[in-house]
Amino acid sequence: MSLFWTVFIAGLTLLNIAACWWLISWTRRGGTEPAQPGETTGHVWDGDLTEYNNPLPAWWLYLFYLTILFGVLYLLLYPGLGAFEGLLDWDQEKRYARELEAAELRYAPLYQAYAAQPIPELAQDAQAMQTGGRLFAQHCATCHGSDAHGGPGFPNLTDQAWLHGSEPAAIRTTIAQGRQGVMPPFGGQLDAEQLAGVANYVYSLNGREAPGGDELSAVGQQVFSTYCFACHGADGSGNTAIGAPNLTDDAWLYGGDLETITTTIADGRTGVMPAHAERLGEARVHLLAAYVYSLGGTPAEPAATADATPPGAMAPPTPGVAAEPEPAS
Amino acid sequence: MSAATATELTYHDRVVRQFSLMTIVWGLVGMAVGVLIAAQLYWPALNFDLPWLTYSRLRPLHTNAVIFAFGGSALIGTSYYVVQRTSHAPLFAPRLAAFTFWGWQTVIVAAAITLPLGLTTSKEYAELEWPIDLLITLVWVAYAVVFFGTIVKRRVKHIYVANWFYGGFILAVALLHVVNSAELPVGWWKSYPLYAGTVDAMVQWWYGHNAVGFFLTAGFLGMMYYFVPKQAERPIYSYRLSIVHFWALISVYMWAGPHHLHWTALPDWAQSLGMVFSLILLAPSWGGMINGIMTLSGAWHKLRDDPIIKFLIVSLSFYGMATFEGPMMSIRTVNALSHYTDWTIGHVHAGALGWVGFITMGSLYNLIPRLYGQQQMYSVRLIEWHFWIATIGIAMYAGSMWIAGVMQGLMWRAVNPDGTLTYTFIETLRATRPYYLIRLGGGGLYLAGMGIMAYNVYRTVRARQPQPALVPQLQTA
Repeated sequence: MSLFWTVFIAGLTLLNIAACWWLISWTRRGGTEPAQPGETTGHVWDGDLTEYNNPLPAWWLYLFYLTILFGVLYLLLYPGLGAFEGLLDWDQEKRYARELEAAELRYAPLYQAYAAQPIPELAQDAQAMQTGGRLFAQHCATCHGSDAHGGPGFPNLTDQAWLHGSEPAAIRTTIAQGRQGVMPPFGGQLDAEQLAGVANYVYSLNGREAPGGDELSAVGQQVFSTYCFACHGADGSGNTAIGAPNLTDDAWLYGGDLETITTTIADGRTGVMPAHAERLGEARVHLLAAYVYSLGGTPAEPAATADATPPGAMAPPTPGVAAEPEPAS
Repeated sequence: MSAATATELTYHDRVVRQFSLMTIVWGLVGMAVGVLIAAQLYWPALNFDLPWLTYSRLRPLHTNAVIFAFGGSALIGTSYYVVQRTSHAPLFAPRLAAFTFWGWQTVIVAAAITLPLGLTTSKEYAELEWPIDLLITLVWVAYAVVFFGTIVKRRVKHIYVANWFYGGFILAVALLHVVNSAELPVGWWKSYPLYAGTVDAMVQWWYGHNAVGFFLTAGFLGMMYYFVPKQAERPIYSYRLSIVHFWALISVYMWAGPHHLHWTALPDWAQSLGMVFSLILLAPSWGGMINGIMTLSGAWHKLRDDPIIKFLIVSLSFYGMATFEGPMMSIRTVNALSHYTDWTIGHVHAGALGWVGFITMGSLYNLIPRLYGQQQMYSVRLIEWHFWIATIGIAMYAGSMWIAGVMQGLMWRAVNPDGTLTYTFIETLRATRPYYLIRLGGGGLYLAGMGIMAYNVYRTVRARQPQPALVPQLQTA
């Protein structure tokens, strides 16, 4: 801030405060005796409107002086008078940084300890999963739902369908770095029969009977093996390396009815999972990955643990519980 | 009825009558919309899936209707009445005064059409698009000409204190409106503000808080300074206090806006100035309350059987409470808790329903019989009913929102031993629901009181025809 603006701001501020001080001091000179009945200023309006000229109540005057003194003191200690930063060297960014630092100091050991454990092991730790559930409720539930069942466009984290893989490392990468899911639109390349055909064919891939019949499905299969197989695979089982969904199971990200499938193929879809490493730090991401792993959607890893209990069978860390309001402490 | 002769001047009260009745009408409309959106917060389905009934479009309609339609009509109408009586002169340019009435009503109707259609500048309390902004400017300049013209024509030497406040309100609102509404039109119903980013936010809240300070405070203090001594039949307590709190109030209010932007991108120095001046504002605000209450203090016995006095005294009490609460909420530390919560809503409504609403109702109960050649309102008992129903309504409204607000603030900042937040946002909403229901009840009661007033006014107006009021003969002073 230039010197001009500092002088301008500080000058106007102090002038206004000084004017208030002068104003109350000046009006005190009118005496301190309360007005007697009938002893008005002599002005009369509208027949009967008159005024006493009582002295200002003392408590009110002192309140006024007090707020002025407080104001001046505050402006000495805190930033306010233009570029003058105040004697306390306080500003809101410094304060925020200090609070972050204190929090980091206090909580870092806890999360570092969690980060040192492998994810399948961490998923068995009830206390860790309680914390993980709270992080989930705060950062993930907005899209995936407080019960982690997701919604149209937002994956269900409790089922067996994994776009980018169910391995602990893959889950952690998804949370840390985010994902972009892009299904290109094919509406411009397919004629009406081809579009209806491929939609029918995709509809039938998980064993359902295609409403359009065999002839249409045959057209669809032709289209599928031309356009779709590259990502979704020849058998439609998807490819977690590129996040292409498995079309042969019962999980449908945007909906599995014929109309929605047709829309998805014609118009394409874009899904975004935001990156969280920078917002939460690697340690919390690790804990969140363990929490998601614990939700039960992950098939038991043969090499992960000797414990036969599937993680989903654990009692405490279900997100539904985490979302319940706790009694205020 | 003694017909006014050519030599006798009469006050121009037709425009006062028009504004007074429209105050009642817009009060009913604005409060009804408020009750509807309060109900929508509890039962979201009440927007019936119609875009023009959504909360986002009706909320600005509610605020514009109660502030500018109800409050504005009350202010302009009473100021025309008061400035004539205290200047001992009829209105300057009565035709211009008639234009201000029809112009202002046009603004209100235009707001009631455009806001539900989603046409908005999205600046709070300044949502109206630029063609309406231009009409407001035109009406306001005409209003200033009529008001100050009458002051110039006055036949008494001293300008009565009520007119200082009305005058300050007119000048400040003109300045605020023109500066904050500076915008670049890109079509008939679309414009962009001239300011950007933080500067835009600062201009907006400089305007926003001074709308409170000058529209909802200085203007209604003008009303208070006429109708309180009139109804109490007592002299104003202290001329000196009037002077001090007038000049302190209008100079200090101008700085208070930044307290709406604590802990934001606004530079620290501006936030500090907003806070410091908001605190210094406490005493000047209370100066008005003291002057009003001490004026009433010789007439306590009237509280027993004059419900109008009750309206006035409770109004001043709420003014005192709200102007204590405001400076407290402007303190950085308190604001960190209160900001973005329903505490703010409770604070605003304690001021709006308690102070602005009650001083208006009390004044109109005094004014309307006089405008229609009556001794008093059709039913004093109904005024009493109105008073109690509305008072309970305010208590429910402000009480529930205070509790809800503090609860939200505490829930948002609650932290578990592991450093995670204790509550998700949705949990704070769920905890707030019961308070939304109580608030809806309070608002409903307040609206019901307004309905009683409307009926009482209807019966009073129907009873007799107005007579022209004579300007008193000049007295040798």
